[in-house]
Amino acid sequence: MDNNIVRTPLLETVDLQKYFKIGKNSYLHAVDGINLKLHAGETIGVVGESGCGKSTLGRTILKLIEPTGGKILYDGQDITKYKNSQMHPLRKEMQIIFQDPYSSIDPRKSVIEVIAEYMLIHKVYKTRAEAFNRAVQLMDMVGLARRYTNSYPHELDGGRRQRIGVARALSLNPRFIVCDEPVSALDVSIQAQILNLLMDLQEQLDLAYMFVTHDLSVVKHISDNIMVMYLGRCVELAPSDELFANPQHPYTKALLAAIPEPDLIRSRTKKLEVIRGEVTSPIDPKPGCRFAARCEHCDKCGGRCTESNPEFVEVSPGHFVSCFLVNDK
Amino acid sequence: MKTEELKSLNLQDTPGVPLLEIKNLRAIYKTDLETVEAVNGISLQINKGKTFGLVGETGAGKTTTALSILRLLPSTTGRILEGEILFNGTNLLELDEGVMRAVRGGLISMVFQDPMSALNPVYTVDEQIGEAIRLHNPDYTKEQVEDRVDEMLQLVGILPSRKHDYPHQFSGGMKQRVVIAMALCCEPHLLIADEPTTALDVTIQAQVLAMIRELRDRLGTAMLMITHDLGIVAQTCDDVGVMYAGEIVEAGTAEDIFLGKEHHPYTVGLFDSIPNLTSRATRLKPIPGLMPDPTNLPKGCVFAERCSHCMEICKTEHPKIYVNGTHKLCCHLFDDKLKQN
Repeated sequence: MDNNIVRTPLLETVDLQKYFKIGKNSYLHAVDGINLKLHAGETIGVVGESGCGKSTLGRTILKLIEPTGGKILYDGQDITKYKNSQMHPLRKEMQIIFQDPYSSIDPRKSVIEVIAEYMLIHKVYKTRAEAFNRAVQLMDMVGLARRYTNSYPHELDGGRRQRIGVARALSLNPRFIVCDEPVSALDVSIQAQILNLLMDLQEQLDLAYMFVTHDLSVVKHISDNIMVMYLGRCVELAPSDELFANPQHPYTKALLAAIPEPDLIRSRTKKLEVIRGEVTSPIDPKPGCRFAARCEHCDKCGGRCTESNPEFVEVSPGHFVSCFLVNDK
Repeated sequence: MKTEELKSLNLQDTPGVPLLEIKNLRAIYKTDLETVEAVNGISLQINKGKTFGLVGETGAGKTTTALSILRLLPSTTGRILEGEILFNGTNLLELDEGVMRAVRGGLISMVFQDPMSALNPVYTVDEQIGEAIRLHNPDYTKEQVEDRVDEMLQLVGILPSRKHDYPHQFSGGMKQRVVIAMALCCEPHLLIADEPTTALDVTIQAQVLAMIRELRDRLGTAMLMITHDLGIVAQTCDDVGVMYAGEIVEAGTAEDIFLGKEHHPYTVGLFDSIPNLTSRATRLKPIPGLMPDPTNLPKGCVFAERCSHCMEICKTEHPKIYVNGTHKLCCHLFDDKLKQN
């Protein structure tokens, strides 16, 4: 894996920021200084509670929203300042699968039209027939029966609609896909089908995924690296196995402890640690660690976490944590 | 409200009789075009102070069961075809609508899935909690109602000083707490919780679940917990019923479901599809296919089409229930054992 080190990452963000202006002089800090690297064929999982900025991060990277500061490097080129016309060719390589398979598909287009739409927009094929042919191939690839070719989205259930979303994202042969909670609207048995499909496609096509979700157990299966976000900041970044085996940040620990496990003995013996309070406001946040208000160790670091932001420190290879308690060790 | 009549009815606790017993309930939704067979002959029992978990995927008929208990099925389409719902031995389906109104909220109350739509946005929360208290206790004075509202808010961990706030001023977790306070304010004997934490974040879910459990232990309320999450079942339930396409395919104590050796293939599939935090495997084992169309259910076993153990008999004949102690299974795989018994 030596060439991994010299390989430029497919996607890199440097101190990426997105602030939404919501008043005269107040800003909502949705994404606040995110650094991440993603190589081809890899998956980064972005986990956090609702409102932590994970979807905004995905959309900002795709430049569906203009970033406020920082840099986005795609395949070595700085795309931060790219205009729409410059982004247009890149859109073929960077795709997104949306959370809600019910609202992200045009209800007035048939399945085949939905899947072929991107190819027609990008004029990948000379004729409509060719694009439709390719769309049928994509339907086979994602496991949608051909009899649905001329069905309309309302005739299909959530799992099949999400397959349309996947087929559509794949239609332009992308290299990078942002999966924004692609399975959270689906039932467990269907969720597992879609996760397996995404993993198979990654193997076949060497795709890079950014997998945005609130569900740690989902992300464990699909990710190489996991980034835990809290109020716009990354609190912990680690390889998937490492994060689950050895979580460092108090927030990560709390998140892991909060997942109800389908295991009777463990759930009856496990002391239930409930994290107090709720996510504080992301509007003009105070300086310091964003998690401080809910952190049970807050008093142990001598009040530093309410004054300055802890640095992002590498505690073991590839494992970064942003917490004074951990950094002191 | 016919509170007096309610008291005259024998709806209070009777020793030896389960708090709620559903016998062979069948409910449908009928429109001009089609008939959806939502609940097909389910039976279950909830004992006093116990929590029964009803697990299943979307469309399995869990919510329809809950609405049937309270007789809240949409009047234009929903019909209960047959069955009995016995509350302390009294069949709720035969009660007068006026008495039923006193039962709802008074003896049985419900927490809905989405707290955002369960609260009225134009009333403050104390007005909404107070309304339930006033309706069920017409003799309460204004002060008594107010005291009770404060008490309820404290119980669910909200400062009474926030009682004059509107629902939009609360976060999702707090709103669900308000809804739970509303449900518990008349000290019901049975609380139906329909996916109470699905709309919440994991950390808030943990808070709400911990609170529900604490309140249940303190007040001794029995609960029907409807969920799709086996993790929540493991944490909260004493008894479990696994629902699929309108039927309870497996039922038993939590020990039977989580630790027992014999299982319905659907239960096995459900456990395998959950991404497991402790396992190292990367691929999941989903159940192939989809739930059958409830307007056109198969003749034999409802799970046959997706089942890896499917035999010829499964396609033609509906399986009988095999009972092993507290554990009930509805599957042809256990036919041999059924004969032995």
